[in-house]
Amino acid sequence: MFDALLEAVEQAEREGISLGELALRTEAERGLHSRADVEAALLRALNVMRGAVERGLQGDLRSVSGLVGGDAIMLAHAVGPLKGTVFTDALAAALAVQEVNAAMGVIVAAPTAGGAGVLPGVMLGLAKHHAFSDADLVRALATAGLVGAVVASRASLSGAEGGCQAETGAAAGMAAAAGVELLGGSPSAAMHAVALTMQGTLGLVCDPLGGLVEVPCVYRNATGAAMALAGIEMALAGVRFPIPVDEVIDTMGEIGRTMDVRYRETAGGGLAATPTGRKLAKDRLVQLKKGGG
Amino acid sequence: MISLLDIIGPVMVGPSSSHTAGACRIGLFARGLLDGAPQTAKVELHGSFARTGVGHGTDRAIAGGLLGFFPDDERLRESLELAEKAGLAISFSNTKLRGEHHPNTARITLSRDGQQTVVIGSSIGAGRVVITSVNGFAVEVTGAFPALVFVAQDVPGIVAAVTTILARQGDNIATLRVSRRRKGGEAIHIYELDQPVSAAALEALRAIPAVSSLHAIPRIA
Repeated sequence: MFDALLEAVEQAEREGISLGELALRTEAERGLHSRADVEAALLRALNVMRGAVERGLQGDLRSVSGLVGGDAIMLAHAVGPLKGTVFTDALAAALAVQEVNAAMGVIVAAPTAGGAGVLPGVMLGLAKHHAFSDADLVRALATAGLVGAVVASRASLSGAEGGCQAETGAAAGMAAAAGVELLGGSPSAAMHAVALTMQGTLGLVCDPLGGLVEVPCVYRNATGAAMALAGIEMALAGVRFPIPVDEVIDTMGEIGRTMDVRYRETAGGGLAATPTGRKLAKDRLVQLKKGGG
Repeated sequence: MISLLDIIGPVMVGPSSSHTAGACRIGLFARGLLDGAPQTAKVELHGSFARTGVGHGTDRAIAGGLLGFFPDDERLRESLELAEKAGLAISFSNTKLRGEHHPNTARITLSRDGQQTVVIGSSIGAGRVVITSVNGFAVEVTGAFPALVFVAQDVPGIVAAVTTILARQGDNIATLRVSRRRKGGEAIHIYELDQPVSAAALEALRAIPAVSSLHAIPRIA
Protein backbone atom coordinates (compact mmCIF):
# COMPACT_ATOMS: atom_id res chain seq x y z
CA MET A 1 0.00 0.00 0.00
CA PHE A 2 1.60 3.27 1.20
CA ASP A 3 4.46 3.85 3.64
CA ALA A 4 3.18 7.31 4.60
CA LEU A 5 -0.38 8.49 4.96
CA LEU A 6 0.61 11.96 3.81
CA GLU A 7 1.82 10.49 0.52
CA ALA A 8 -1.58 8.80 0.01
CA VAL A 9 -3.50 11.96 0.89
CA GLU A 10 -1.43 14.07 -1.52
CA GLN A 11 -1.97 11.59 -4.33
CA ALA A 12 -5.73 11.36 -3.65
CA GLU A 13 -6.11 15.15 -3.61
CA ARG A 14 -4.00 15.50 -6.78
CA GLU A 15 -6.23 12.97 -8.57
CA GLY A 16 -9.42 14.36 -7.06
CA ILE A 17 -10.46 11.02 -5.54
CA SER A 18 -11.16 9.77 -2.01
CA LEU A 19 -8.69 7.74 0.05
CA GLY A 20 -10.94 4.68 -0.32
CA GLU A 21 -10.97 4.98 -4.10
CA LEU A 22 -7.18 5.39 -4.07
CA ALA A 23 -6.83 2.31 -1.86
CA LEU A 24 -9.00 0.20 -4.19
CA ARG A 25 -7.07 1.37 -7.28
CA THR A 26 -3.70 0.80 -5.64
CA GLU A 27 -4.66 -2.68 -4.48
CA ALA A 28 -5.89 -3.64 -7.96
CA GLU A 29 -2.71 -2.27 -9.55
CA ARG A 30 -0.60 -4.68 -7.52
CA GLY A 31 -2.15 -7.44 -9.63
CA LEU A 32 -2.68 -10.03 -6.89
CA HIS A 33 -6.46 -9.56 -6.95
CA SER A 34 -8.74 -7.83 -9.43
CA ARG A 35 -10.64 -4.78 -8.26
CA ALA A 36 -13.87 -6.80 -8.40
CA ASP A 37 -12.35 -9.49 -6.15
CA VAL A 38 -11.15 -6.91 -3.62
CA GLU A 39 -14.56 -5.24 -3.55
CA ALA A 40 -16.28 -8.62 -3.18
CA ALA A 41 -14.02 -9.55 -0.25
CA LEU A 42 -14.68 -6.20 1.44
CA LEU A 43 -18.43 -6.58 0.87
CA ARG A 44 -18.26 -10.00 2.51
CA ALA A 45 -16.36 -8.42 5.43
CA LEU A 46 -19.05 -5.72 5.68
CA ASN A 47 -21.79 -8.34 5.81
CA VAL A 48 -19.95 -10.37 8.45
CA MET A 49 -19.65 -7.16 10.50
CA ARG A 50 -23.39 -6.53 10.14
CA GLY A 51 -24.12 -10.11 11.15
CA ALA A 52 -21.86 -9.86 14.20
CA VAL A 53 -23.53 -6.64 15.39
CA GLU A 54 -26.96 -8.22 14.96
CA ARG A 55 -25.89 -11.41 16.73
CA GLY A 56 -24.28 -9.57 19.62
CA LEU A 57 -27.33 -7.39 20.15
CA GLN A 58 -29.49 -10.44 20.76
CA GLY A 59 -27.94 -10.24 24.21
CA ASP A 60 -27.71 -13.94 25.06
CA LEU A 61 -23.99 -14.55 24.49
CA ARG A 62 -21.43 -15.36 27.18
CA SER A 63 -17.70 -15.56 26.52
CA VAL A 64 -15.79 -18.85 26.70
CA SER A 65 -14.69 -18.04 30.27
CA GLY A 66 -18.03 -16.49 31.21
CA LEU A 67 -16.43 -13.16 32.15
CA VAL A 68 -18.14 -11.02 29.49
CA GLY A 69 -21.40 -10.83 27.54
CA GLY A 70 -24.76 -9.13 27.74
CA ASP A 71 -23.50 -5.53 27.85
CA ALA A 72 -24.11 -4.54 24.20
CA ILE A 73 -27.87 -4.88 24.57
CA MET A 74 -27.79 -2.54 27.56
CA LEU A 75 -26.33 0.17 25.33
CA ALA A 76 -29.00 -0.54 22.75
CA HIS A 77 -31.42 0.55 25.49
CA ALA A 78 -29.24 3.40 26.74
CA VAL A 79 -30.82 5.91 29.10
CA GLY A 80 -28.02 8.48 29.32
CA PRO A 81 -27.72 11.94 27.73
CA LEU A 82 -26.45 10.47 24.41
CA LYS A 83 -29.18 7.87 23.94
CA GLY A 84 -30.43 7.53 20.39
CA THR A 85 -27.32 9.15 18.89
CA VAL A 86 -24.55 7.85 16.63
CA PHE A 87 -22.34 7.82 19.72
CA THR A 88 -24.42 5.33 21.68
CA ASP A 89 -25.16 3.20 18.63
CA ALA A 90 -21.43 3.01 17.92
CA LEU A 91 -20.72 1.88 21.48
CA ALA A 92 -23.47 -0.76 21.25
CA ALA A 93 -22.18 -2.10 17.92
CA ALA A 94 -18.55 -2.18 19.12
CA LEU A 95 -19.53 -4.09 22.26
CA ALA A 96 -21.74 -6.43 20.25
CA VAL A 97 -18.94 -7.45 17.88
CA GLN A 98 -16.51 -8.03 20.73
CA GLU A 99 -19.05 -10.09 22.66
CA VAL A 100 -19.48 -12.27 19.57
CA ASN A 101 -15.71 -12.54 19.28
CA ALA A 102 -15.31 -13.57 22.92
CA ALA A 103 -18.03 -16.22 22.48
CA MET A 104 -16.23 -17.81 19.48
CA GLY A 105 -18.60 -16.29 16.94
CA VAL A 106 -17.62 -15.08 13.45
CA ILE A 107 -16.06 -11.62 13.16
CA VAL A 108 -13.69 -9.76 10.84
CA ALA A 109 -10.24 -9.19 12.30
CA ALA A 110 -9.88 -5.47 11.49
CA PRO A 111 -7.03 -5.12 12.04
CA THR A 112 -7.03 -7.89 14.69
CA ALA A 113 -9.67 -9.96 16.49
CA GLY A 114 -8.98 -8.07 19.73
CA GLY A 115 -9.73 -4.74 18.05
CA ALA A 116 -12.47 -6.05 15.77
CA GLY A 117 -15.32 -4.04 17.34
CA VAL A 118 -14.07 -0.51 16.72
CA LEU A 119 -14.43 -0.24 12.94
CA PRO A 120 -17.90 -1.84 12.67
CA GLY A 121 -18.90 0.13 15.76
CA VAL A 122 -18.13 3.47 14.11
CA MET A 123 -19.19 2.59 10.55
CA LEU A 124 -22.43 0.81 11.42
CA GLY A 125 -23.22 3.28 14.19
CA LEU A 126 -23.00 6.04 11.57
CA ALA A 127 -24.92 3.94 9.04
CA LYS A 128 -27.88 3.75 11.41
CA HIS A 129 -28.28 7.50 11.05
CA HIS A 130 -27.24 8.03 7.41
CA ALA A 131 -28.29 6.44 4.11
CA PHE A 132 -24.97 4.97 2.97
CA SER A 133 -24.89 2.53 0.06
CA ASP A 134 -22.95 -0.75 0.26
CA ALA A 135 -20.51 0.80 -2.22
CA ASP A 136 -19.95 3.74 0.17
CA LEU A 137 -19.31 1.36 3.07
CA VAL A 138 -16.99 -0.85 1.01
CA ARG A 139 -14.97 2.21 0.01
CA ALA A 140 -14.80 3.28 3.64
CA LEU A 141 -13.47 -0.18 4.56
CA ALA A 142 -10.78 0.33 1.92
CA THR A 143 -9.94 3.71 3.51
CA ALA A 144 -9.61 2.00 6.88
CA GLY A 145 -7.46 -0.72 5.30
CA LEU A 146 -5.13 1.89 3.80
CA VAL A 147 -4.65 3.54 7.19
CA GLY A 148 -4.08 0.13 8.82
CA ALA A 149 -1.49 -0.77 6.19
CA VAL A 150 0.44 2.43 6.92
CA VAL A 151 0.31 1.72 10.67
CA ALA A 152 1.48 -1.86 10.05
CA SER A 153 4.41 -0.69 7.97
CA ARG A 154 5.51 2.20 10.25
CA ALA A 155 4.59 0.81 13.70
CA SER A 156 2.68 -2.37 14.62
CA LEU A 157 -0.80 -3.86 14.79
CA SER A 158 -0.01 -6.37 17.51
CA GLY A 159 -0.78 -5.99 21.21
CA ALA A 160 2.07 -8.35 22.02
CA GLU A 161 4.44 -5.97 20.20
CA GLY A 162 2.96 -2.55 20.89
CA GLY A 163 0.24 -2.74 23.53
CA CYS A 164 -3.43 -1.90 23.02
CA GLN A 165 -2.53 1.36 21.27
CA ALA A 166 -1.47 -0.92 18.38
CA GLU A 167 -4.79 -2.82 18.37
CA THR A 168 -7.79 -0.72 19.46
CA GLY A 169 -5.73 2.45 18.99
CA ALA A 170 -4.90 1.56 15.38
CA ALA A 171 -8.47 0.38 14.84
CA ALA A 172 -9.73 3.75 16.10
CA GLY A 173 -7.43 5.59 13.68
CA MET A 174 -8.70 3.40 10.84
CA ALA A 175 -12.32 3.99 11.88
CA ALA A 176 -11.77 7.76 12.09
CA ALA A 177 -10.60 7.90 8.48
CA ALA A 178 -13.48 5.66 7.35
CA GLY A 179 -15.98 7.86 9.19
CA VAL A 180 -14.70 11.11 7.69
CA GLU A 181 -14.85 9.60 4.22
CA LEU A 182 -18.43 8.35 4.79
CA LEU A 183 -19.47 11.82 5.93
CA GLY A 184 -17.98 13.49 2.86
CA GLY A 185 -14.83 14.94 4.42
CA SER A 186 -11.68 15.46 2.34
CA PRO A 187 -8.68 13.08 2.37
CA SER A 188 -6.83 15.75 4.35
CA ALA A 189 -9.62 15.88 6.95
CA ALA A 190 -9.53 12.07 7.16
CA MET A 191 -5.79 12.24 7.80
CA HIS A 192 -6.26 14.76 10.61
CA ALA A 193 -9.02 12.59 12.10
CA VAL A 194 -6.50 9.73 12.29
CA ALA A 195 -3.95 11.95 14.03
CA LEU A 196 -6.51 13.47 16.41
CA THR A 197 -7.77 10.00 17.31
CA MET A 198 -4.45 8.22 17.69
CA GLN A 199 -2.89 10.98 19.78
CA GLY A 200 -5.58 10.06 22.29
CA THR A 201 -4.72 6.35 22.38
CA LEU A 202 -0.92 6.72 22.62
CA GLY A 203 0.51 4.69 25.48
CA LEU A 204 -2.54 2.48 25.89
CA VAL A 205 -1.39 -0.82 27.38
CA CYS A 206 -2.56 -4.36 26.61
CA ASP A 207 -3.48 -5.89 29.98
CA PRO A 208 -6.10 -8.60 29.48
CA LEU A 209 -7.18 -10.63 32.50
CA GLY A 210 -5.70 -14.10 32.20
CA GLY A 211 -4.43 -13.21 28.72
CA LEU A 212 -7.98 -13.70 27.40
CA VAL A 213 -9.51 -11.34 24.81
CA GLU A 214 -12.30 -10.39 27.21
CA VAL A 215 -11.60 -7.85 30.00
CA PRO A 216 -10.86 -5.06 29.29
CA CYS A 217 -10.76 -5.75 25.52
CA VAL A 218 -14.53 -5.75 25.03
CA TYR A 219 -14.93 -2.37 26.73
CA ARG A 220 -11.81 -0.94 25.16
CA ASN A 221 -13.36 -1.47 21.75
CA ALA A 222 -16.27 0.72 22.82
CA THR A 223 -13.97 3.45 24.15
CA GLY A 224 -11.87 3.08 20.99
CA ALA A 225 -14.99 3.80 18.93
CA ALA A 226 -15.66 6.83 21.15
CA MET A 227 -12.14 8.10 20.53
CA ALA A 228 -12.64 7.72 16.76
CA LEU A 229 -15.90 9.68 16.90
CA ALA A 230 -14.08 12.44 18.78
CA GLY A 231 -11.44 12.54 16.05
CA ILE A 232 -14.08 12.58 13.31
CA GLU A 233 -16.03 15.40 14.93
CA MET A 234 -12.94 17.55 15.47
CA ALA A 235 -11.54 16.95 11.96
CA LEU A 236 -14.86 17.71 10.24
CA ALA A 237 -15.09 20.93 12.26
CA GLY A 238 -11.75 21.94 10.77
CA VAL A 239 -9.44 21.14 13.67
CA ARG A 240 -5.94 20.33 12.40
CA PHE A 241 -3.50 18.41 14.64
CA PRO A 242 -0.08 20.13 14.68
CA ILE A 243 2.01 16.93 14.59
CA PRO A 244 1.81 15.21 11.17
CA VAL A 245 -0.12 11.94 11.23
CA ASP A 246 2.85 9.81 10.14
CA GLU A 247 4.84 11.15 13.09
CA VAL A 248 1.95 10.30 15.42
CA ILE A 249 2.01 6.75 14.04
CA ASP A 250 5.80 6.59 14.46
CA THR A 251 5.34 7.72 18.05
CA MET A 252 2.93 4.87 18.67
CA GLY A 253 5.55 2.46 17.31
CA GLU A 254 8.30 3.98 19.43
CA ILE A 255 6.19 3.80 22.61
CA GLY A 256 5.31 0.19 21.79
CA ARG A 257 8.93 -0.81 21.31
CA THR A 258 9.90 0.62 24.69
CA MET A 259 6.78 -0.54 26.56
CA ASP A 260 7.46 -2.93 29.41
CA VAL A 261 6.63 -6.53 28.54
CA ARG A 262 4.09 -6.59 31.39
CA TYR A 263 1.91 -4.31 29.29
CA ARG A 264 2.12 -6.28 26.08
CA GLU A 265 -0.52 -9.01 26.26
CA THR A 266 1.30 -11.05 28.90
CA ALA A 267 -1.23 -10.46 31.70
CA GLY A 268 1.73 -9.44 33.87
CA GLY A 269 0.67 -5.85 34.56
CA GLY A 270 -2.12 -3.31 34.37
CA LEU A 271 -5.68 -4.44 35.07
CA ALA A 272 -4.62 -8.09 34.68
CA ALA A 273 -2.31 -7.74 37.68
CA THR A 274 -4.82 -6.11 40.03
CA PRO A 275 -5.98 -8.31 42.94
CA THR A 276 -9.42 -8.70 41.38
CA GLY A 277 -8.02 -9.19 37.91
CA ARG A 278 -5.81 -12.04 39.11
CA LYS A 279 -8.61 -13.64 41.10
CA LEU A 280 -11.16 -13.53 38.27
CA ALA A 281 -8.69 -14.96 35.80
CA LYS A 282 -7.62 -17.74 38.16
CA ASP A 283 -11.16 -18.74 39.10
CA ARG A 284 -12.31 -18.85 35.49
CA LEU A 285 -9.29 -20.72 34.14
CA VAL A 286 -9.38 -23.34 36.89
CA GLN A 287 -13.04 -23.94 36.12
CA LEU A 288 -12.36 -24.18 32.39
CA LYS A 289 -9.63 -26.76 32.87
CA LYS A 290 -11.98 -28.85 34.98
CA GLY A 291 -14.30 -28.83 31.99
CA GLY A 292 -16.81 -26.45 33.54
CA GLY A 293 -18.34 -23.54 31.64
CA MET B 1 3.84 -5.63 0.80
CA ILE B 2 0.66 -5.44 2.86
CA SER B 3 -2.68 -5.97 1.18
CA LEU B 4 -5.94 -4.27 2.14
CA LEU B 5 -7.31 -7.73 2.74
CA ASP B 6 -4.58 -8.47 5.31
CA ILE B 7 -5.86 -5.51 7.32
CA ILE B 8 -9.63 -5.92 6.78
CA GLY B 9 -9.65 -9.65 7.47
CA PRO B 10 -9.55 -12.50 7.91
CA VAL B 11 -13.16 -13.38 8.54
CA MET B 12 -12.74 -15.73 11.47
CA VAL B 13 -14.23 -17.34 14.54
CA GLY B 14 -13.00 -15.45 17.62
CA PRO B 15 -11.57 -14.67 20.02
CA SER B 16 -7.92 -14.40 18.96
CA SER B 17 -6.34 -14.38 15.53
CA SER B 18 -3.24 -16.10 16.86
CA HIS B 19 -4.82 -18.47 19.39
CA THR B 20 -7.87 -19.40 17.30
CA ALA B 21 -7.43 -18.74 13.56
CA GLY B 22 -3.73 -19.62 13.55
CA ALA B 23 -4.25 -22.71 15.72
CA CYS B 24 -6.97 -23.95 13.35
CA ARG B 25 -4.59 -23.57 10.41
CA ILE B 26 -1.89 -25.66 12.09
CA GLY B 27 -4.50 -28.42 12.53
CA LEU B 28 -5.56 -28.11 8.89
CA PHE B 29 -2.00 -28.45 7.67
CA ALA B 30 -1.34 -31.53 9.82
CA ARG B 31 -4.52 -33.18 8.52
CA GLY B 32 -3.31 -32.66 4.96
CA LEU B 33 -0.34 -34.95 5.59
CA LEU B 34 -2.57 -38.01 5.94
CA ASP B 35 -4.52 -39.83 3.22
CA GLY B 36 -7.80 -38.89 4.89
CA ALA B 37 -9.29 -37.98 8.24
CA PRO B 38 -7.09 -38.72 11.29
CA GLN B 39 -8.29 -41.36 13.78
CA THR B 40 -6.15 -40.32 16.73
CA ALA B 41 -4.54 -37.01 17.56
CA LYS B 42 -2.11 -36.11 20.30
CA VAL B 43 -1.89 -32.33 20.62
CA GLU B 44 0.89 -30.85 22.73
CA LEU B 45 0.64 -27.12 23.48
CA HIS B 46 3.76 -25.05 24.12
CA GLY B 47 4.29 -21.56 25.61
CA SER B 48 1.35 -19.18 25.50
CA PHE B 49 -0.76 -21.87 23.79
CA ALA B 50 -0.32 -23.95 26.95
CA ARG B 51 -0.90 -21.05 29.33
CA THR B 52 -4.04 -19.45 27.88
CA GLY B 53 -5.04 -21.81 25.10
CA VAL B 54 -8.14 -23.24 26.78
CA GLY B 55 -9.68 -19.82 27.39
CA HIS B 56 -8.92 -18.79 23.82
CA GLY B 57 -10.48 -21.91 22.33
CA THR B 58 -7.12 -23.08 21.01
CA ASP B 59 -8.08 -26.71 21.75
CA ARG B 60 -11.34 -26.33 19.80
CA ALA B 61 -9.59 -24.48 16.98
CA ILE B 62 -6.96 -27.19 16.51
CA ALA B 63 -9.60 -29.94 16.74
CA GLY B 64 -11.63 -28.07 14.11
CA GLY B 65 -8.62 -27.86 11.81
CA LEU B 66 -8.07 -31.60 12.23
CA LEU B 67 -11.70 -32.11 11.13
CA GLY B 68 -11.03 -29.99 8.02
CA PHE B 69 -12.78 -26.83 9.20
CA PHE B 70 -11.35 -23.44 8.18
CA PRO B 71 -10.93 -20.47 10.60
CA ASP B 72 -14.27 -18.90 9.57
CA ASP B 73 -16.29 -22.08 10.20
CA GLU B 74 -18.71 -21.69 13.12
CA ARG B 75 -18.45 -25.41 13.80
CA LEU B 76 -15.08 -24.67 15.47
CA ARG B 77 -17.03 -23.90 18.63
CA GLU B 78 -18.43 -27.45 18.81
CA SER B 79 -15.42 -29.17 17.28
CA LEU B 80 -14.52 -31.28 20.34
CA GLU B 81 -18.00 -32.80 20.38
CA LEU B 82 -17.97 -33.19 16.57
CA ALA B 83 -14.56 -34.91 16.73
CA GLU B 84 -15.93 -37.46 19.16
CA LYS B 85 -18.90 -38.13 16.86
CA ALA B 86 -16.54 -38.44 13.87
CA GLY B 87 -14.47 -41.08 15.68
CA LEU B 88 -11.41 -38.87 16.15
CA ALA B 89 -9.82 -39.45 19.57
CA ILE B 90 -7.93 -36.30 20.59
CA SER B 91 -5.78 -35.80 23.66
CA PHE B 92 -4.40 -32.43 24.75
CA SER B 93 -1.43 -31.85 27.02
CA ASN B 94 0.98 -29.05 27.84
CA THR B 95 4.63 -29.40 26.98
CA LYS B 96 7.87 -27.49 26.83
CA LEU B 97 9.37 -28.19 23.42
CA ARG B 98 13.14 -28.37 23.23
CA GLY B 99 14.99 -25.76 21.16
CA GLU B 100 13.84 -22.34 19.98
CA HIS B 101 10.11 -22.04 19.37
CA HIS B 102 7.66 -19.18 18.99
CA PRO B 103 5.53 -18.74 22.15
CA ASN B 104 2.41 -19.95 20.31
CA THR B 105 3.44 -23.39 19.17
CA ALA B 106 1.80 -26.82 18.99
CA ARG B 107 3.13 -30.29 18.21
CA ILE B 108 0.49 -32.52 16.66
CA THR B 109 0.88 -36.28 16.23
CA LEU B 110 -1.78 -37.89 14.02
CA SER B 111 -2.46 -41.45 13.01
CA ARG B 112 -4.71 -43.15 10.51
CA ASP B 113 -4.66 -46.84 9.53
CA GLY B 114 -1.04 -47.30 10.60
CA GLN B 115 0.05 -44.02 8.96
CA GLN B 116 1.56 -41.49 11.36
CA THR B 117 2.61 -37.87 11.02
CA VAL B 118 4.15 -35.38 13.45
CA VAL B 119 3.92 -31.65 12.77
CA ILE B 120 5.21 -28.67 14.72
CA GLY B 121 3.63 -25.34 13.84
CA SER B 122 3.64 -21.83 15.28
CA SER B 123 1.00 -19.14 15.14
CA ILE B 124 3.01 -15.99 14.52
CA GLY B 125 0.34 -13.27 14.69
CA ALA B 126 -2.71 -12.01 12.80
CA GLY B 127 -3.69 -15.62 12.05
CA ARG B 128 -0.55 -16.32 10.08
CA VAL B 129 1.27 -19.59 10.75
CA VAL B 130 4.57 -21.21 10.00
CA ILE B 131 5.01 -24.97 10.02
CA THR B 132 8.54 -25.63 11.29
CA SER B 133 8.78 -29.41 11.38
CA VAL B 134 7.21 -32.31 9.49
CA ASN B 135 8.04 -35.84 10.61
CA GLY B 136 11.33 -34.69 12.12
CA PHE B 137 12.44 -32.71 9.07
CA ALA B 138 13.01 -28.98 9.61
CA VAL B 139 10.77 -27.05 7.21
CA GLU B 140 9.31 -23.58 6.79
CA VAL B 141 5.84 -23.45 5.23
CA THR B 142 3.19 -20.77 5.69
CA GLY B 143 0.19 -22.45 4.09
CA ALA B 144 -0.41 -19.33 2.03
CA PHE B 145 -0.12 -21.48 -1.12
CA PRO B 146 -1.30 -24.96 -2.05
CA ALA B 147 1.63 -27.22 -1.20
CA LEU B 148 3.05 -30.46 -2.46
CA VAL B 149 4.86 -32.43 0.26
CA PHE B 150 6.74 -35.70 -0.23
CA VAL B 151 9.72 -37.68 0.94
CA ALA B 152 12.36 -38.75 -1.57
CA GLN B 153 15.60 -40.71 -1.58
CA ASP B 154 18.53 -38.29 -1.50
CA VAL B 155 19.66 -39.01 -5.07
CA PRO B 156 20.43 -36.54 -7.89
CA GLY B 157 17.73 -35.53 -10.33
CA ILE B 158 14.61 -35.61 -8.14
CA VAL B 159 14.00 -31.87 -8.30
CA ALA B 160 14.57 -31.89 -12.06
CA ALA B 161 12.09 -34.75 -12.52
CA VAL B 162 9.46 -33.10 -10.33
CA THR B 163 9.79 -29.62 -11.84
CA THR B 164 9.61 -31.10 -15.34
CA ILE B 165 6.32 -32.81 -14.50
CA LEU B 166 4.92 -29.66 -12.90
CA ALA B 167 6.03 -27.51 -15.84
CA ARG B 168 4.46 -29.90 -18.34
CA GLN B 169 1.10 -29.52 -16.54
CA GLY B 170 1.49 -25.74 -16.33
CA ASP B 171 1.72 -25.83 -12.49
CA ASN B 172 3.79 -22.81 -11.49
CA ILE B 173 6.10 -23.08 -8.45
CA ALA B 174 6.09 -20.20 -5.94
CA THR B 175 8.71 -21.61 -3.54
CA LEU B 176 10.71 -24.82 -3.28
CA ARG B 177 12.46 -26.25 -0.26
CA VAL B 178 14.37 -29.51 0.20
CA SER B 179 15.62 -30.60 3.59
CA ARG B 180 17.41 -33.79 4.61
CA ARG B 181 18.51 -35.22 7.92
CA ARG B 182 21.78 -36.63 6.55
CA LYS B 183 23.57 -37.11 3.22
CA GLY B 184 22.27 -40.06 1.23
CA GLY B 185 19.25 -40.56 3.49
CA GLU B 186 15.80 -39.29 2.84
CA ALA B 187 14.86 -35.69 2.15
CA ILE B 188 11.56 -33.91 2.48
CA HIS B 189 10.49 -31.80 -0.50
CA ILE B 190 7.97 -29.00 -0.18
CA TYR B 191 6.78 -27.13 -3.26
CA GLU B 192 4.40 -24.20 -2.82
CA LEU B 193 2.40 -23.65 -6.00
CA ASP B 194 0.34 -20.79 -7.41
CA GLN B 195 -2.59 -23.16 -8.07
CA PRO B 196 -3.57 -26.52 -6.56
CA VAL B 197 -1.50 -29.27 -8.19
CA SER B 198 -3.29 -30.88 -11.13
CA ALA B 199 -4.47 -34.50 -10.95
CA ALA B 200 -2.32 -35.38 -13.94
CA ALA B 201 0.81 -34.04 -12.26
CA LEU B 202 0.01 -35.89 -9.04
CA GLU B 203 -0.31 -39.17 -10.88
CA ALA B 204 2.99 -38.65 -12.70
CA LEU B 205 4.76 -37.68 -9.46
CA ARG B 206 3.51 -40.81 -7.68
CA ALA B 207 5.08 -42.87 -10.46
CA ILE B 208 8.62 -41.64 -9.63
CA PRO B 209 10.21 -44.63 -7.80
CA ALA B 210 12.25 -42.52 -5.32
CA VAL B 211 9.17 -40.54 -4.18
CA SER B 212 6.98 -41.62 -1.28
CA SER B 213 4.43 -40.15 1.17
CA LEU B 214 3.19 -37.67 -1.41
CA HIS B 215 0.47 -35.27 -0.25
CA ALA B 216 -1.16 -32.27 -1.89
CA ILE B 217 -2.16 -29.84 0.86
CA PRO B 218 -4.68 -27.13 0.06
CA ARG B 219 -4.05 -23.47 0.76
CA ILE B 220 -4.88 -22.94 4.42
CA ALA B 221 -4.27 -19.19 4.77
